[in-house]
Amino acid sequence: MPDNAWQKCKVCMTMLYADELEKTSYVCPNCDNHLQIHPRLRLKNLFDDGQFEEIKYPSNFSDPLNFKDSKTYRERFNQAQEKTGMDDAFLIGMGKIKGIPTTIAAMSFGFMGGSVGPAGAEAMVKAAEHSVTFNTPLVVFTCSGGMRMQTNQFSLQAIPKTLIAVDMVKDAKLPYIVVLTDPTSGGVSASFGMVGDVTIAEPNASIMFAGASVTKNTTGETMPEDVQKAEYLLEHGFVDQIVHRRDIRDSLAQIMSILLKRAA
Amino acid sequence: MNTYLDFEKPIESLDSRILELKSLNESNPSDLLVDEIQEIENQINTSYEKIFSSITPWQRTQISRHPQRPKTRDYIENLITDFYPLSGDRAFSEDKAIMGGFGKFRGQSVLVMGHEKGHDTYSRIEHNFGMPKPEGYRKAQRLMKLAEHFDVPVISFVDTPGAYSGLGAEQRGQSEAIARTTECCLSLGVPIVVVIIGEGGSGGAVAIGTGNNVLMLENSVYSVISPEGCSSILWKDTSKTAEAAEALKLTASDMLKIDVIDKIIPEPIGGAHRHHLVTINNTGDAIENCLNVLSNQHGNELKHSRQERYLQIGRLGLFSEKTTTANEVLDNKYGKSRPQQPFYLNTKIQIFFLICVALIILFFYWNFN
Repeated sequence: MPDNAWQKCKVCMTMLYADELEKTSYVCPNCDNHLQIHPRLRLKNLFDDGQFEEIKYPSNFSDPLNFKDSKTYRERFNQAQEKTGMDDAFLIGMGKIKGIPTTIAAMSFGFMGGSVGPAGAEAMVKAAEHSVTFNTPLVVFTCSGGMRMQTNQFSLQAIPKTLIAVDMVKDAKLPYIVVLTDPTSGGVSASFGMVGDVTIAEPNASIMFAGASVTKNTTGETMPEDVQKAEYLLEHGFVDQIVHRRDIRDSLAQIMSILLKRAA
Repeated sequence: MNTYLDFEKPIESLDSRILELKSLNESNPSDLLVDEIQEIENQINTSYEKIFSSITPWQRTQISRHPQRPKTRDYIENLITDFYPLSGDRAFSEDKAIMGGFGKFRGQSVLVMGHEKGHDTYSRIEHNFGMPKPEGYRKAQRLMKLAEHFDVPVISFVDTPGAYSGLGAEQRGQSEAIARTTECCLSLGVPIVVVIIGEGGSGGAVAIGTGNNVLMLENSVYSVISPEGCSSILWKDTSKTAEAAEALKLTASDMLKIDVIDKIIPEPIGGAHRHHLVTINNTGDAIENCLNVLSNQHGNELKHSRQERYLQIGRLGLFSEKTTTANEVLDNKYGKSRPQQPFYLNTKIQIFFLICVALIILFFYWNFN
């Protein structure tokens, strides 16, 4: 699944071997830093016996603007598909977490920076529809730089669209749980990322509205390094808990069984 | 002092010539002078027609940011009587980047709000260049909920480079504020008419720019990222703004093609910055038309049609069918189905009809042979 057999931990600079990382769910065995994990592996590790059904969403390539910068959008899109083995930035799966049927939508930063385009917006709608139809909670793992520039308005208008999707789940009185992972920023945090009934974050995840460079360019302010971290958001009241990746499965099962009033 | 954009430079000398002649005419009136003034004014119009006939998206972006372009305050001053300003989010502070309050629009009580950029250096700083902080968005939520409580429609003017990004904004949850404000727009039980009067800068614009009808001035722009930002990220070169503006398809006519907006409000030749009152009155007429239509809808119908509108955007080329379970969920929730197409356009009925006709023809054929 990983591109390279070796990956470097950005915090302690240790070279880590992919096989070993897979065992630890891509948490650095040396410094406990949470590296980005492929959604497929994440889902496999979360669901009972690693079993889940992948839910497809409308994801055929659409390039309404015929966008081209130094590369065409199609080139970047095909590259991303090849690299990640995914249809678009989302992977939706349904399975059981400690016996509780759950729909999970997980994002991949590897797919064009996890950017949400028209298909991404439809993925959230699909995930919400699925969760309502099958009466399951919806858990979203965010990991994204924001909305996709190459499809401009079709991405920007994903803000209202994904919020409508989330609203469907909330209306059905099903838990909508967000897990913020490194990094979550821009339009993703400014829409479905920040409206969870319960919001948890992975340790040390960067979570922000605008990146440090954007802030520096537009306002001249230099952002202190610890500001846009999960711990800072917890302190300022925007996250309920910070949960280590190995404990997320337990954490989700616990809160879902309470909210769904299931026998533990 | 007038500001002239690069491509407006030829106009500058003509304008100053007119000023000269006008002052001459005042001290020493003569028909010759009046004729010459008229002549130069015609020249200005012709030059502008020429400029606008081949205007690029980047030039439009520059016009949308023109310092003399009418701002939210101008629209409120000219369209709203008895304006009663409201301030503060009741949690942290007042944010002057979003102004709003109650008032009367052509005799009807409304809530009006919008990004305010300011007119001169002092007021621009005071209004933070139209870049709201979380408290600004939370104020907008407060105002919208008040409007719903008193059952008056909302008019929202969008004109922002984007939401403010900085330490304070991150501390107080800019993302959360934008998400909740958009949610508030989506679930409001009174009509919301949005007009993009200048810059529609990304999430900062969407937060108070989500409504039943979205109108856009001819020379406004609406984009997920500024051409500057896009050029530095995708081209890794800050000078490619014109290319980026072109590629982003951010003009009003592009927005209309993909149904992000409902109508373009035309600007007089030369642009809104040269013709404040005409532009503002055109805008007023367009808002009035929308409110008249929306006044027939109530509570759930408004929420339904608004949410339906946002579900449809972006499905072009992605979907063959126009509706999904989500649309049905909305139907069930708000109780009214979307407008049905006329029965004769239904394919099954068409086929049935054709078969009947064929049978009748066959029947006659057999009988008369």
